[in-house]
Amino acid sequence: MYRNQYDSDITTFSPSGRIHQIEYAMEAVKQGSAAVALKSKQYAVLVSLKRSSSELGSYQKKIFVVDDHIGIAISGLTADARVLCNYMRNECANYKYVYESDMRVERLVTKVADKSQVHTQRYGRRPYGVGLLVAGYDQTGAHIYQTCPSGNFYSYKSISIGARSQSAKTYLEKHFEAFEGCSLQELIVHGLRALRETIPNSDTGLTSKNVSIGIVGHDQPFKIIEDEHTAPYVTIIHPYRHILEMIDDEQAEPMQTN
Amino acid sequence: MSSKHFRFPVFGQVDYFGQPQHSAASYTPSEEKQRTTDPIVTGSSVIAIKYNGGVVMGCDTLCSYGSLARFNNIQRVKQFGPKTIVGYSGEHSDFQSITQLLDDLVIDDQCIDDKSQLSTEEIWNYLARVLYNRRNKVDPLWNNLVVMGFDKKTDKSFLGKVDLYGTCFKDDYIATGYGQHIALPLLRKAYSPDMTLEQAQKLITDCLRVLFYRDARSSKRVQLSYANANGMEISAPIELETYNWDIGEAAVKSFDQV
Amino acid sequence: MMEPLRLTALPAKEVPMRQARFEPYVDNGGTVLAIAGSDYCVIAGDTRMSDGGYGIQTRQYTKIFQLTNKCVIATSGMQADTLALRKRLETVLSRYQKEHGKPMSTPAISQYLSNTLYQKRFFPYYTFNLVCGVDEDGVGCIWTYDAVGSHERVKMSSQGSGNQLVQPLLDNQVGKFNQRIVDGPRELSSEQAVSLAKDAITSAGERDIYTGDFADIVVINSTGVHWEKFNLKLD
Repeated sequence: MYRNQYDSDITTFSPSGRIHQIEYAMEAVKQGSAAVALKSKQYAVLVSLKRSSSELGSYQKKIFVVDDHIGIAISGLTADARVLCNYMRNECANYKYVYESDMRVERLVTKVADKSQVHTQRYGRRPYGVGLLVAGYDQTGAHIYQTCPSGNFYSYKSISIGARSQSAKTYLEKHFEAFEGCSLQELIVHGLRALRETIPNSDTGLTSKNVSIGIVGHDQPFKIIEDEHTAPYVTIIHPYRHILEMIDDEQAEPMQTN
Repeated sequence: MSSKHFRFPVFGQVDYFGQPQHSAASYTPSEEKQRTTDPIVTGSSVIAIKYNGGVVMGCDTLCSYGSLARFNNIQRVKQFGPKTIVGYSGEHSDFQSITQLLDDLVIDDQCIDDKSQLSTEEIWNYLARVLYNRRNKVDPLWNNLVVMGFDKKTDKSFLGKVDLYGTCFKDDYIATGYGQHIALPLLRKAYSPDMTLEQAQKLITDCLRVLFYRDARSSKRVQLSYANANGMEISAPIELETYNWDIGEAAVKSFDQV
Repeated sequence: MMEPLRLTALPAKEVPMRQARFEPYVDNGGTVLAIAGSDYCVIAGDTRMSDGGYGIQTRQYTKIFQLTNKCVIATSGMQADTLALRKRLETVLSRYQKEHGKPMSTPAISQYLSNTLYQKRFFPYYTFNLVCGVDEDGVGCIWTYDAVGSHERVKMSSQGSGNQLVQPLLDNQVGKFNQRIVDGPRELSSEQAVSLAKDAITSAGERDIYTGDFADIVVINSTGVHWEKFNLKLD
């Protein structure tokens, strides 16, 4: 097998000017199940697909509360994500202790990025193998950020990360201009539709078991919607919804026969 | 002065029965860490009130050295960032140290460059933590701080106080130093929340005048500071109109009118 | 060898007394009290904050803080310490909520507060606390503390500058101690407790100069935490 000479060490550039270990870490993000984030003026929404290791196991948590006004969806190594989540919670708590107010989202994301960057430059460190989608609402409005193991972060109107996230991005690119004026419910539905694109046709599709939703915004502290609470949204985007509705109608009013 | 080598017995304060204190009689430079055990160069009162549409603060420009009117033209208010003004009474050098802290805080905040600034309330809370931490070290910053500001976005005034223990509160009118004893009762009687700027200005200058008449550590050179929808302003020093204190005939009549 | 330079020739015993050091404590006063029933808890606290002497710093400082939707803490003493203590509790409670997915129970908070106070046993928080609320079974509960964490679960208690005036009244009207004839049901209703709390804090305001201005009356029951403002004397 081809072996790269320059990829065993985080502190070594390859002759083409790349640091392979960082790029491998970025790959870890793509291994995780997909997560989608999108925002309107007033709200930011996270939608993600949960995996379970087997029929017997529970689904892995994908969305975490950081503070009343911030939440994250993760893709990659869950264990690394928990470390970052704890760090973010601490930062928010410290900020609240000193200033009695909510930490601004960008300031928090910058701190996470700075922390990640250290792990790309110090010998003996390993980059975090996780990408975060950060949704938050602060005095400057609703925000969506993506952080990378490389220490980069980006602000988005809507974005998706994780396995087959390109399909979700395609959906978002097609519809994002409508998001700004969307209601919270419409945002969630858009998010679910984007997420649906990432699931291969052979799979079971989106169910209330494998979807989790995080919402935050004006007068709305960050809240995770999971399990049976997602059912109303999941049914809306069901592929055969119209047919199902027709069947419902028929059952309600049997067709006239003569 | 808190140094121990210039001490003279004061009648009634000589401890004839205490333990001999050799250390107090000899000078050893590295004896212990210096701390403010009593203030040296001090400013007297600061008074401030909220009116309908902003805040007005008033204080004189005198810093005394004990009972000596030592510095006649020291500005005892300072602006930090675009929407906060802090006035102080107490130790002048401690406030200069606080000035450095706040300037650093505001500049670091600006450098984040995320289109948001620390609000006045956040700065006030920060100050409360700083002063409380210092009192926990039994090494206080010997100041009473009055913090005021106006947020144009929310159209809200802010007025709060922090003291050397870290006690902090918000109120519609605040007075420090001698003002706590002399001006505060006057403010309580005359205050109404829907005062105009002119009325508020008059109330503050009247209080400063009374303070000048009764507080021996005050002067009639005063500065008014404003926070309202037009921004922040610290006026140039004004001479209060008081009774003519010239020697001679005028002085004889003075006590009728003072 | 040279003698160390003596800058004053005073005999040692005539050196003036050491200058008074900075005294890190100030008592901002105030009274809080609480009455617990089988399905409610009533808490009252005045809103005056004194300057440690005869002066009033502000008339609008509330001494009762909501910690969860089943628990409040009522604190008198030194306001700066109160604030630091409250911030510590809030930080821990918010972390607990995120890690466990539920708010900390009132009995757990009471123990945690005791530990927190005792941690500062040799530089105490100058605070006098009541932790009040309903427990997991919805039963009204009060814990009363000293400044270093000694605590006890009680049916009624008061703390702060008006403590000596209020506590005997509560003992008599709520505890009904040493009374041979007890007419009517032994426990006060929630409404009676509110009325008694108002009378008690008003009475404290009559004689205690550190109590007055306004009172917060808080009722905690199965439906949550309910706040009410109540006027006291402004003198």
